[in-house]
Amino acid sequence: MIVANRKSLEEILNMLKPYKKVILLGCNECVTVCAAGGEREVGVLASEIRLSRAKDGQEIEIKEQTLERQCDHEYIDQVRPFVGDYEVILSVACGAGIQYVAEKYRSKVVLPGVNTTFLGVTLEQGVWSERCQGCGECVLHLTGGVCPIARCAKSLLNGPCGGSSNGKCEVDKDLDCGWQLIIDRLKELNQLDRYEEIIPVKDWTSSRDGGPRKRLREDLRL
Amino acid sequence: MRLNYPTNVKIVKVPCTGRVDILLILRAFESGVDGVYLAGCLEGECHFLRGNLRAKKRVQYAKKLLDEVGLGGTRLEMYNMSSAQGQRFAEVAREMTEKIRVLGPSPVKKNVKREA
Repeated sequence: MIVANRKSLEEILNMLKPYKKVILLGCNECVTVCAAGGEREVGVLASEIRLSRAKDGQEIEIKEQTLERQCDHEYIDQVRPFVGDYEVILSVACGAGIQYVAEKYRSKVVLPGVNTTFLGVTLEQGVWSERCQGCGECVLHLTGGVCPIARCAKSLLNGPCGGSSNGKCEVDKDLDCGWQLIIDRLKELNQLDRYEEIIPVKDWTSSRDGGPRKRLREDLRL
Repeated sequence: MRLNYPTNVKIVKVPCTGRVDILLILRAFESGVDGVYLAGCLEGECHFLRGNLRAKKRVQYAKKLLDEVGLGGTRLEMYNMSSAQGQRFAEVAREMTEKIRVLGPSPVKKNVKREA
């Protein structure tokens, strides 16, 4: 899922300084899983904002709403009936959702309540780890299911660098060396011969490096 | 045991402190209370196995949130006791009341709208 983490309360309060009526928009998908912007986090954030304002003797009215997703028209439309009653929207969905809300409600200021970071997985409750960089040209079949782009700090394509020691990356002693993981996995799968095959220089145009991307499925368009 | 404890302590009964959510604690402060404490089973003796450990973690997190908000995490505490320890219950009630008395009323109080 897309992993994000909530901005500090201080930063959010600063953004909200001029406003008295706020819609706090959560999302029921990725940010719920990584406990950054789901219904529960919306409740906690709204409570924190109200407490902080009350402490300073100021009022604030917060409408808490958690949409199914903020990346689809139909769900964002659900806000339309009451959006006019509020001054600003504070969204805690991922960056995509925040932007889509801003696109749909052009006359409203939309503020980001989270910092969107990576595509990742849940290792255990409370711990999320990066797995995918969205490079657009997946080589997982060649590397035993471990991504050299996302899991190697240098995104090397043909083996570990000299900084790999005891299976750890030189960047951080707690970071596993991506290539060590790949080699271990290829051994387990009896595919170590794949390690000898050279993966050619990567064409990064399929990644963000080629510009903002779009995907079309003509057969699905009405 | 018919022991006395301060009258300002209002008890909210839950089946396990693990039931207590961070939002419940924050909403309590929003309603204007000066302090909140959780009284859970002794560690290792939670009737539901780990509820009190979850509560401990949540209390630690909520204390941080309260510090950020400016109310002060010292207004929230976690205590452990056996349901057989009546004396400890009264002792904790007195201890917490004294602590909150020193801290003073919650700054949020004056802004709480009272329903007529």
